Amino acid sequence: MLRFVLRRLMSALPTIFIVVTLSFFLMRVAPGGPFNLERPLEPQVLENLKRAFLLDQPLVVQYGHYLWNLFHGDLGPSFIYRDFTVAQLIANSLPYSMTLGAWALLVAVFGGIAIGSYAALRQNSFVDYAVMTVASFGITVPNFVLAPILSFVFAVVLHVLPAGGWGDGGPKNLLLPVISLALPQLAVFARITRGSMIETLRADHIRTARAYGLPTRVVVIVHAMRAALVPAVSYLGPVAAAVLTGSVVVETVYGLPGVGRYFVLGALNRDYTLVMGTVVLISVFIVVFNLLVDILYAVLDPRVRYE
Amino acid sequence: MADTLLDIRGLNVRFSTPTGDVHAVKGIDLQVSKGETLAIVGESGSGKSQTMMAIMGLLASNGRAEGSAKFQGQEMVGLPLGKLNQIRGAKITMIFQEPMTSLDPLYKIGKQLAEPMMQHRGLSAKAARAKAIELLKLVKIPDPERRVDSYPYEMSGGQRQRVMIAMALANDPELLIADEPTTALDVTIQAQILELLAELKQRIGLAIVFISHDLGIVRRFSDRVAVMRTGEVVETGTVADIFANPQHPYTKMLLAAEPTGRKAPPPDNAPVLLEGRDVDVRFSMGGGFMGGKKLDIHAVDHVDIRLKEGQTIGIVGESGSGKSTLGRALLRLNHGTGAIRFGTDDISEASRQEMRRHRRQMQLVFQDPFGSLSPRMTAGQIVTEGLLVHEPQLSKSDRDLRAIKAFMEVGLDPATRNRYPHEFSGGQRQRIAIARAIILKPQVVVLDEPTSALDRSVQKQIVELLRDLQAKHGLSYLFISHDLAVVRALSDYIVVMKSGKIVEEGSTDQIFDAPREGYTRELMAAAFGK
Amino acid sequence: MSEMTQTLNEPTTAVRGISLWAMARHRFVRNKAAMASLFVLIIVAIFSFGGTWVYPHRYDQIFPSYVAVPPSLDPYPLEDTLHQVMQTAVERAHLRLDAFDAEGTDYTARISSDKPIDPRATRYLDRPDEFDGSEITSTLDDGKTIEVKGKINGQYFPFGTDRNGRDLLPRIMVGGQVSITVGLLATLVSLIIGVTYGAVSGYVGGRVDNVMMRFVEILYSLPFMFFVIMLVVFFGRHFVLIFAAIGAIEWLDMARIVRGQTLSLKRREFVEAAHAMGLSNWQIIRRHVIPNTIGPVVVFVTVLVPKVILLESFLSFLGLGVQEPMTSWGSLIAEGTTGMQYVPWLLIYPAVFFVVTLFALNFIGDGLRDALDPKDR
Repeated sequence: MLRFVLRRLMSALPTIFIVVTLSFFLMRVAPGGPFNLERPLEPQVLENLKRAFLLDQPLVVQYGHYLWNLFHGDLGPSFIYRDFTVAQLIANSLPYSMTLGAWALLVAVFGGIAIGSYAALRQNSFVDYAVMTVASFGITVPNFVLAPILSFVFAVVLHVLPAGGWGDGGPKNLLLPVISLALPQLAVFARITRGSMIETLRADHIRTARAYGLPTRVVVIVHAMRAALVPAVSYLGPVAAAVLTGSVVVETVYGLPGVGRYFVLGALNRDYTLVMGTVVLISVFIVVFNLLVDILYAVLDPRVRYE
Repeated sequence: MADTLLDIRGLNVRFSTPTGDVHAVKGIDLQVSKGETLAIVGESGSGKSQTMMAIMGLLASNGRAEGSAKFQGQEMVGLPLGKLNQIRGAKITMIFQEPMTSLDPLYKIGKQLAEPMMQHRGLSAKAARAKAIELLKLVKIPDPERRVDSYPYEMSGGQRQRVMIAMALANDPELLIADEPTTALDVTIQAQILELLAELKQRIGLAIVFISHDLGIVRRFSDRVAVMRTGEVVETGTVADIFANPQHPYTKMLLAAEPTGRKAPPPDNAPVLLEGRDVDVRFSMGGGFMGGKKLDIHAVDHVDIRLKEGQTIGIVGESGSGKSTLGRALLRLNHGTGAIRFGTDDISEASRQEMRRHRRQMQLVFQDPFGSLSPRMTAGQIVTEGLLVHEPQLSKSDRDLRAIKAFMEVGLDPATRNRYPHEFSGGQRQRIAIARAIILKPQVVVLDEPTSALDRSVQKQIVELLRDLQAKHGLSYLFISHDLAVVRALSDYIVVMKSGKIVEEGSTDQIFDAPREGYTRELMAAAFGK
Repeated sequence: MSEMTQTLNEPTTAVRGISLWAMARHRFVRNKAAMASLFVLIIVAIFSFGGTWVYPHRYDQIFPSYVAVPPSLDPYPLEDTLHQVMQTAVERAHLRLDAFDAEGTDYTARISSDKPIDPRATRYLDRPDEFDGSEITSTLDDGKTIEVKGKINGQYFPFGTDRNGRDLLPRIMVGGQVSITVGLLATLVSLIIGVTYGAVSGYVGGRVDNVMMRFVEILYSLPFMFFVIMLVVFFGRHFVLIFAAIGAIEWLDMARIVRGQTLSLKRREFVEAAHAMGLSNWQIIRRHVIPNTIGPVVVFVTVLVPKVILLESFLSFLGLGVQEPMTSWGSLIAEGTTGMQYVPWLLIYPAVFFVVTLFALNFIGDGLRDALDPKDR
């Protein structure tokens, strides 16, 4: 297992390398730059800035420099937020995003699996239809529609929850963002789990378990659930990524100081290093989550072997 | 019957489907006494399995049972789940047809064996494990102390079925329901499992309900027989009575459905039509870009074979023996090596284009009559497809006429030629597949288990059709099958294969009446219970 | 077989079979939710694409008098505001409004001045959006007082106007055009790339397949959303770029599906049968492979279209969509979000159209899947 983890981490390095390279050159061949402001800078100032950020060097040199620094864990200084390094910006905002994302992921995974299994056990009943209609609502309504509507209803009309802001990070502030972020993913999990659960409940080995007089509780939780979880688990990786990218919207709507906003702001301002920093961060996240998913797979299904 | 264990009276099973109710079991009566073996025979769709599923409360969610089924005086139909669960797995146990999927793939077999014991007898996990090892020993799993920690995927089909039997015996049941327990297994394994069941029955003295379509097994294995057809029991009686003196026409038909007759060999001077020398096929499985172990399979291991004009060679062997691969290699449908001659032409190195010329003379009929018909084409289009390649000059109406002719030749109503495969029964589909082959007027037809997926009575019709066509068109067959009864009826020469090699070959009479090799004898014993 | 006594010369009337397609169509038509959704979708499409031809206001037409007016089924201007508007207009012409009366679609007014009034002054009255066709009916007091009559220019804003004074209704129509077009075009792009890639990989197989699928795997692990955002940010917000970019990232699933389908078809016996029959590779692909891949591909397309619309809207929401004054549903929702306390209709109406369309597409997708793959039920 340990060897597998190491091998997977090693094979993830090229992926991150490709992402970094692609992003780097994509950004640089595009027109415009970080200092093309509406009010042009003094030529001398511009010159100094460019030298400071190595923008006067050939592209390949800059690229090599960036890689070298990245290799040493240095994400470089921000072009726009000039008092901060990119690492500092990310370090300051990441806890917010992580808190939000972790709650949303928990709600989505456990809520979705519970609801999906419940619907599967009561297939074609009223509960099943009700749950699945709500789930397809969750899938259909993206969080950039859901978030403003929730905010409108609970903050503007009902005045029961704050419209935005982190505040003390308490439940009052977190409730709406977490729901906005979690609901679409919860719906996906519910659907996947329901489908695989229904299929598993029809499987031969479930019939065996029932034929041997095992109580429904044991049949469902011990025998059906484990097999039914496999497809949901395989969706965990993409969801983790979606929760992170989705947080761009939620952070914007609720005015939260998370890391997602830095990507959009960075891109809009041509803040090369900030964009690169967030891209590297996201790639690492994806790689780590995919690895976790693979390990979870092996835990759930003994037929999966890693050598 | 004094000691009636299970008493079924007026049992009905219905399934509600989008196209209306299906009445699967129509008010049947059946009794099982203590310690006896009752066989329920019938073809697919006769309701034999659903009867038992209904008693065990295992019907699919759209099914419902009515009537009465008393087990030791306890009414089973409509019994609440809690009470039902005290009986199933404890007093009545079941083994199923599919040993590959009947065990939970995610848990060790020890745990699965222990579960019902802990549930019904309140054994501790430790005690249950000890008992599980004992049971594995009982069903003759080698090295049970170690195998108890195996996962099902680490075992063969036969071993899994043994584990299922162990599970069924764990709580000393009164009644064992065996639903086609050997159908999915190779004949030799099948014989071992049946032997085990018979031995255990003797030792423990439990009653068995044995559901099967295979009359040969039923005859050897059971005390009484109930014959089912379209949801009704048409006849019951002792084995001796039913087999010696069947009353109902359907029973008579079933018994007569055993393929009969023998084929006379072609004259000695008949020319050799298809010859393979030193045919060798290897596959590699797995492996790939990112590594992983490659698994090399030597499917056909340097085999020689000669098919004469008008001859039928039966190639027999168990799954994995390479018999299908050999058939395809002779038709140049896989990457085999060796010298292959068709008539006077050497086709060993023929390219795809060069082969096309020969294709119409060498046809293939598959086992699965559904999988081999393209689901989106009509039966007529399927049958005439080869004409597009080999007689492109034909007009559409010419092709239609040829289709009508071919349909009539294989005993299908030509009016059905615009129907799609899913609208035909299994036997009819196999007739379509045969029509597709003979419409091209081939010389050689490779028949790859053409009757294995069919019920016995349909099988017999197909065997007769093949025989008629051979006589009419002077065809040569390469008949690949694991079913020795069918092979005996159709072929004049037999090749026995095992793990890619020919074990024994000779005339049908010689192989069936005086087999020389141990493996051949084993096969015969398994198939005919000698 | 007794029914087989017909001779060959006799034309046989063949029973028409029911193809899998016919069965699927039948199942789909019986699915009420899917049929209702199809109906809704057609209505939305007609509304979006046909509406702009019929509707009197253009999507980029600015009504300075009606900035951010709420939705109403009554025509603007509202009667109680008219007097004030006329007052302002008259004052612009340095005149005095003595009397004003509005009735239905007509108004009359008496205007006076210290000097004789130039008849051309009526032009000032037509200047606001509210009035039209003003003309002098009588001149009194040596031309120092005139009586004027004209039409009240009723404007309907059933969905209200945005903060630039543009009618929301045609904007939703145009937004729909953009969203639906992007959805279809991007799906087409991904369809072409995905089907070609998947079919080649699956049919050629072996080492080529290995390499091609490894490439897809690598692409899967890239954060594509970010690439699209970067592309759009750095290369401008072209309509073409948006759907090309979305199409270019969404083909991966399609390729995997088609490859899997091709691989399993290759192993199916009817393909081997065709091979044994002597059909060429191309004939096999055309007659046996393609017809059997269409089903799953169709199902996937119905999943993809809403997904792409969602992606486009997401980009638009971030302000990276099509450029003003063009708009899309995502942009409209984004605009609506920023002022929902004061102008909630700007959020509600586009959101309703957007959600209803996506819902309809999802139900159609579900219906198609159930129809083409009945074992699901």
